Amino acid sequence: MKFAVVVFPGSNCDHDAYYAVNKVLGQDAEMVWHKDTSLGNADAVILPGGFAHGDYLRTGAIARFSPIMQAVKSFAAAGGPVLGICNGFQVLLEAGLLPGAMLRNRSLHFRCEHVHVRVEHTDTLFTTSGNVGQVLRIPIAHGEGNYYAEPAVIEQLENNRQIIFRYVTASGEVTDAANPNGSAHNIAGITNDARNVVGLMPHPERACELAVGSADGRVIFESVINGINGVGSHFSATALSSVGVLTK
Amino acid sequence: MRTRVFVTLKPSVFDPQGTTVTEALHTLGYTSVKDVRQGKYFELDIDATSTDEARRLASEAADKLLANPVIESYRVEVDAR
Repeated sequence: MKFAVVVFPGSNCDHDAYYAVNKVLGQDAEMVWHKDTSLGNADAVILPGGFAHGDYLRTGAIARFSPIMQAVKSFAAAGGPVLGICNGFQVLLEAGLLPGAMLRNRSLHFRCEHVHVRVEHTDTLFTTSGNVGQVLRIPIAHGEGNYYAEPAVIEQLENNRQIIFRYVTASGEVTDAANPNGSAHNIAGITNDARNVVGLMPHPERACELAVGSADGRVIFESVINGINGVGSHFSATALSSVGVLTK
Repeated sequence: MRTRVFVTLKPSVFDPQGTTVTEALHTLGYTSVKDVRQGKYFELDIDATSTDEARRLASEAADKLLANPVIESYRVEVDAR
């Protein structure tokens, strides 16, 4: 299958994402400049982390108007898998592809560390290879990851099972201390109604090899790869969970 | 036409920066400052023929770009000629 990695001016995890899906997971991948208007023949789209347009005004606020975002919106509307990582998540929020907004971290500190997130639901295009309750150890690196939405919207997200990753302790408990940024309901990642668009603050592309401390992030990419390539993929869900166990 | 747009977090939204500024002011002895809300201020120089037109354009800019309606609200002021 083929991934498109969108590159905004100021993206800085685009090469990490490309490396993860291409070199580590062996899939085709192409960098797509934000001024392009087509995603080509991509099967899945990644909006990578970084500081698109310098994060001027608000994170993701300018990137939302980049020409490529029209193509991303059409791709998402047609059911195509779209993954927004960190700044990419912020872009999806500003573009209205996911509900809510990001505030400054509660601590006002830029947090750069490994955290634990729990897979809440596996019926999204990016979590099918995981298990409900599975705890992933993945790094975060952000100053504005404090997820906010009106209480009614949060309730709707809960009821629709759209909160798919939550910050937890190593043993999988939702606690305030495990919440690195003050996000409502410990939200680390959400999906849309159709469950094909996913945004998360942690960086799974930085956790795809044990050499960098964790390979837990693979399961997110593997889900979409398995979904598109079918059962023939050489990375099975079982193999992935064993990789996850090895890192703990 | 000189137009000003003030963007602030909605009252229901927690403002970690404003809270930190409030605490800093308290440390400096300004205990009568009960609360601080931090926002953004934009000066737009708009080529418009009336204050109404300038206000309409600035509001449109705020709706589309300057403010995020999920967390922020805004107020527009236009200088009378």
